[in-house]
Amino acid sequence: MKDDIVERIQKNPKFLKMVSIRNNYSIIMSILMMVVYFGYILLIAFNKPFLATKVSEGAVMSVGIPLGLGVLVFTIIITAIYVRRANTEFDAMKDDIVKEASK
Amino acid sequence: MIKLRHILGGATALLAAGFVLAAGADLGQAQKQATNWTAITMFAIFVGITLWITKWAAAKTKTAADFYTAGGGITGFQNGLAIAGDYMSAASFLGISGLVFASGFDGLIFSIGWLVGWPVITFLMAERLRNLGKFTFADVAGYRFDPGPIRSFAAMGSLVVVAFYLIAQMVGAGQLIKLLFGLEYTLAVVMVGAIMMIYVLFGGMTATTWVQIIKACMLLVGATFMALAVMFQFGFSPEAMFAKAVEVHAKHDSIMGPGALITDPVSAISVGMALMFGTAGLPHILMRFFTVPSAKEARKSVAWATTWIGYFYILTFIIGFGAITNLIPNPADYFVGGELAKGLKGGGNMAAVHLSKAVGGDLFMGFISAVAFATILAVVAGLTLSGASAVSHDLYASVWRKGKVDSATELRVSKITTVCLGVLAVLLGIIFEKQNVAFMVMLAFAVACSANFPVLFMSVLWKDCTTKGAVAGGTVGLILSVALTVVSPAVWEATLGNPKGSALFPYASPAIFSMTAAFAVIWIVSLLDRSAQAAKERALFPAQLIRSETGVGSSSASGH
Repeated sequence: MKDDIVERIQKNPKFLKMVSIRNNYSIIMSILMMVVYFGYILLIAFNKPFLATKVSEGAVMSVGIPLGLGVLVFTIIITAIYVRRANTEFDAMKDDIVKEASK
Repeated sequence: MIKLRHILGGATALLAAGFVLAAGADLGQAQKQATNWTAITMFAIFVGITLWITKWAAAKTKTAADFYTAGGGITGFQNGLAIAGDYMSAASFLGISGLVFASGFDGLIFSIGWLVGWPVITFLMAERLRNLGKFTFADVAGYRFDPGPIRSFAAMGSLVVVAFYLIAQMVGAGQLIKLLFGLEYTLAVVMVGAIMMIYVLFGGMTATTWVQIIKACMLLVGATFMALAVMFQFGFSPEAMFAKAVEVHAKHDSIMGPGALITDPVSAISVGMALMFGTAGLPHILMRFFTVPSAKEARKSVAWATTWIGYFYILTFIIGFGAITNLIPNPADYFVGGELAKGLKGGGNMAAVHLSKAVGGDLFMGFISAVAFATILAVVAGLTLSGASAVSHDLYASVWRKGKVDSATELRVSKITTVCLGVLAVLLGIIFEKQNVAFMVMLAFAVACSANFPVLFMSVLWKDCTTKGAVAGGTVGLILSVALTVVSPAVWEATLGNPKGSALFPYASPAIFSMTAAFAVIWIVSLLDRSAQAAKERALFPAQLIRSETGVGSSSASGH
């Protein structure tokens, strides 16, 4: 019975389509996260003076602080966005495929 | 049940003995003694509640599945809190706020590093782990690979990570408790080991999860209160807080920009890689994904975990600055001999604890001290459980008995392993008392990202990966990450005492080399592997893909 389902899912073109859509999305999101994080790290490694620049004339806060806190907030948000899409759109596609195969 | 009652009685006696010693050790300093009693009472309440939960959990822990994964019945939200409780160690609470206190901006670099691994887990691992795994992450790699070699390797990778992490936690626990409660170092380490063993031994994953959830809530509430109290002092204006900090701090304006933490670009990227990908290879974290019923809940758990951990790191940054503005103007209360130059009483990691006294008095400081202790217990329990599952599920049940073992026997072996690991943790804690163990957590991350992560990643996502390739690459990553760390400045010079500049490997983390080497070896060896076994493993990939992507056939009711 189980092998039957596996075989039917394998033959369903919707399955490969779902895998490729979702994998592309995962990879794009991962790359986005890496660009933001390693971008920040490279700024620290190569351009310390920029991060120490003040946010405005006469201010004490440096540019690096809101940018750093921004990376933290970005990390939370990008995770939430992915999970939201995966739990609604991708799961619906998956349930659909599994249902078709179980018939 | 009778046995449990005996041990609970023993633990209470041990705690009581601790209190007596604490009182004895501090008779000379009346003020300090009063503080200790508050902390000890609060901690005793925490231990009492968690032991009561353990008793409840023990009644539910009947099979190996209950023991390893709480029967898969934890919700996504609960698991998210538990992951946060497992991950936010005393090192990140006291360490990061201490780092911010010492050098301002630089503290932020570490907190970011410790958070960015979570999206990687979410996007690439969480769902596949849940769908392919059962009890340990070796189940995932073991789906289509030869169980003997791959599970032996995965168990080794888990145990090495767990050992380094555990040493860091135990030594930290001993030092912290010595400082906060006035207990003897050895007694403190034995107490942590004993209480943790009771949680894991009787309550398994159910008790461990609830200890982690309670601890996460306590830590988040305590840290929120401290951050709000600090912001309140400055009328909720960050600019005013930074202005005051720059005014009083010895380094003045340089605390607003990056300092000496990251010097060369190679170290910067290497540390970044270790933190980002190491998180996705920590066995005690990966194990938490098997406690939820479905992939959907697994994703929800990471979303919640990332939110809580990220929020917490923002709080530690405010707490660090609050410590600068509150403690430095009052050297008499918080600094050794009342002199700024001699450093904080109890060392740089005590910034958050002193701040809790400054903003909330002795009672709140007692609460924060108890939270710090609870934090260590929760992390150590999670580590021990994952170490025990690697030994009993991977090595004993799968490799040695080839899967022909009933749940009761496997459960018994897990419990025996738990006791062995608990005793080992206490012994290691005592042996390493006087050592500088600051590098151990970084080493654990380096091994996790160089050995566990590449094997998991390639086995799940690359169809041509074979057992030989995975084991060879993972082993290279494991050996290289440990060896390069030993000859790096943090160990070779700071711990082993060799002259400065004599370290063969000049960088702060081996990850950029060891992780790359692991991936390269997995790739090359798998491509060269033309054995019949390899062909069989490649042929299993489509079935693995379907299960990892849809959850069809995954272990325990996945709700579909």
